[in-house]
Amino acid sequence: MDEAATTPVEIPLIDIPAGKFGMWVFLISESMFFTGLIGSYIVLRLGSESWPRPGTILNTPLLGLNTLVLLSSSLTMALGLNAIQQGKQRQLKRYLLFTALLGSLFLVIKGCDYVHLWRHGFTLSSSLFGSCYYLLTGFHGLHVLSGVILMLYLVAAASRGAFAASQHVRVESSGLYWHFIDMVWVILFAILCLV
Amino acid sequence: MEQSQPRSFWRRDVFSTHHKVIAIQYLLTGVMFLAVGGVMALLIRWQLAAPWQPVPIIGKLLFREAGGAITPEAYPMLFTMHGSIMVFFAVTPILLGALGNYTIPLEVGARDMAFPRLNMVSYWFLFLGSASMLASFFVPGGAAGFGWTIYAPLSASTEMLPGWGQDLFILGLALDAVSILMGGINYITTIMQLRAPGLTLRRLPLTLWGLFYSAVLNTLWLPIVASALFMVLCDRRLGTAFFLAGPLAPHAGGQVLLYQHLFWGFGHPEVYILIFPVWGLVGDLLSVFSRKPAFGYKATVLSMLTITILSGIVWGHHMFTSGMNPLVGKAFMFLTITVSVPTAIFFLNWLGTLWRSAIRLTVPMLFTLGVVFVFAIGGLTGLFNALQTFDVYIHDTYFVVGHFHYTLAASVLFGTFAFIYFWFPKIFGRQMSSRLGKLHFWLSFVFLNAVFSVMMFVGLHGHMRRIADATAYEFLKPVQHWNVFIGWAALGLGLSQLLFFFNFLYSLFRGTPAPANPWEAGSLAWTVPSPPPEHNYDAVPRIWCGPHEYGVPGLNNGDWLSQTDPRAKALAKS
Repeated sequence: MDEAATTPVEIPLIDIPAGKFGMWVFLISESMFFTGLIGSYIVLRLGSESWPRPGTILNTPLLGLNTLVLLSSSLTMALGLNAIQQGKQRQLKRYLLFTALLGSLFLVIKGCDYVHLWRHGFTLSSSLFGSCYYLLTGFHGLHVLSGVILMLYLVAAASRGAFAASQHVRVESSGLYWHFIDMVWVILFAILCLV
Repeated sequence: MEQSQPRSFWRRDVFSTHHKVIAIQYLLTGVMFLAVGGVMALLIRWQLAAPWQPVPIIGKLLFREAGGAITPEAYPMLFTMHGSIMVFFAVTPILLGALGNYTIPLEVGARDMAFPRLNMVSYWFLFLGSASMLASFFVPGGAAGFGWTIYAPLSASTEMLPGWGQDLFILGLALDAVSILMGGINYITTIMQLRAPGLTLRRLPLTLWGLFYSAVLNTLWLPIVASALFMVLCDRRLGTAFFLAGPLAPHAGGQVLLYQHLFWGFGHPEVYILIFPVWGLVGDLLSVFSRKPAFGYKATVLSMLTITILSGIVWGHHMFTSGMNPLVGKAFMFLTITVSVPTAIFFLNWLGTLWRSAIRLTVPMLFTLGVVFVFAIGGLTGLFNALQTFDVYIHDTYFVVGHFHYTLAASVLFGTFAFIYFWFPKIFGRQMSSRLGKLHFWLSFVFLNAVFSVMMFVGLHGHMRRIADATAYEFLKPVQHWNVFIGWAALGLGLSQLLFFFNFLYSLFRGTPAPANPWEAGSLAWTVPSPPPEHNYDAVPRIWCGPHEYGVPGLNNGDWLSQTDPRAKALAKS
């Protein structure tokens, strides 16, 4: 079904494409999901008699590096959007690939971190902190994974020449999603590793 | 712009991305589950009326080992599945899925939802979720038995309920939650972004406002309960202990009460999620069949907005007896009572619409008036429950069950029927039988009130909810005959629904063909033929006025205006 037939957009509430509007609604809902998880973490932690001091269990430098990896992937995403806004399709494709690669690197480091922690007896059921750590970072990791798949899908679409300077709603809304999971990670890093 | 119809049956009728087809899929799924949940309610009432006696007719089929009687293990499964199936798989698909999908694009003048493919995926997630729910009956250990609230620690520990039926139940709910969220994104985007020219926010039918606020609440609060459900699942199968403490937890453990906060953080908005579409529909239908503009349109919309905001901060009133600081309890009590102000505003607006009007008592109007009546009772008894001191007395009794069923089961059920009777001609192009419909209404009305009002009385006597056998308690023996009475009334209620099913099926094939606008309704959807063509509108419609222009003086032909009637422009100028 072509888009013009289904979208007689005349007086939208906010003057942005429906795809971007829908993405914002989805992200509001996503932030409520993480609010549920993070809020539970805070309540469980404040209600516990003892809690491990930051830096005693988690490998803060490694996770800090991972934060940098994800932050730079947001940069490449933004550069990609900038490229297609100027109609540079090849550059868009390159930046999207970079973003996917950095996302995958994040997941690989995350995996090493999991294996290391698990071998040292820090598991899902070893303590409440363990449960919270794997739950929060696990759900975040799943979001990064879907983001990487989304990026690869965009790369495929870009190869077919699906985007142009005047037509890049999907790139823009996927970018919103990517920045969102980036931001969630920054919050997770702060509350899990730093405080 | 003509669109070619997809050729194959599978693309056109099964994996369709078209909103009208998806709406019918939702409708049929919901009506089927309404029947399943209804039979479960009858089984519950049979057990309470005649404890441990073999169930007549279907007992031998369902409970073969126990000689046809409901077993102590099966009873909790029945009330759990009855609640969840009714709320998430009957009412939600009908009132959000079917009503939303069918009316939103038609009423905003669009050819489809904003995201048709997402819409299709949304239905199939519901399908998977319901398959998971139904599958839970057939695994060893049976279906879920922790109540529709899924309270931890009972739900979170496999020591007490080890069966996989519990996990399938939670999985089913999670899939349904994803489905509802996808639907919500579509509804919000379509209503806000795809309105035809001239259809300002003040000209939206109230039904769409109801659906909009309902979708907003879903977007905000459903993810909260989804996160809690995932944690319950982790507690059950992955060895965590978010909601387990003491000997049940493998280590120091988490917090049992946290689950209740997360659940009711969603659970309270959920009642508004279900009732908002009905409130909107009632506002529209009262106007159509009173032949008067909806009284206080703006106030109605604003009071729904106020309730949307308030609903997120009153969840604690479900937990007065869970061990709550009385001061916090007072705050929740105060906020809860505040909800009655906007509720009273739009309720008075309904009465204002009816006041001195020329009422047409059609079948949808009867059900609409039914909603007004039962919602008044439900709302007023809600005030009792909000009072901390009174709630301690009636908590976990049939008073709460009766109140809940008046506000949700009764008004939502009547709202569902009002929706089906009103929109049936548009959806299927045929009229439902009015005589059968009226009989269906009066029988349902009498039996429904008999069931739920008596529940409140036995509740005040102290009858606990979720008990399988009241005769085991000395102090409940004097009210056991009322349980028998409710049993008969419930049977009557169930049997009168057969009239509806017969009417539905008969009219589907044999009903008189419906004109484009059998009700003389003003909103946009009634300007196209019944059933509407695949693409809804040949050209993008232009809207000149609101949906409730009835009883307009000074028209040379008729006394009401359709939203596309250009005479409205001239009237506004003069």
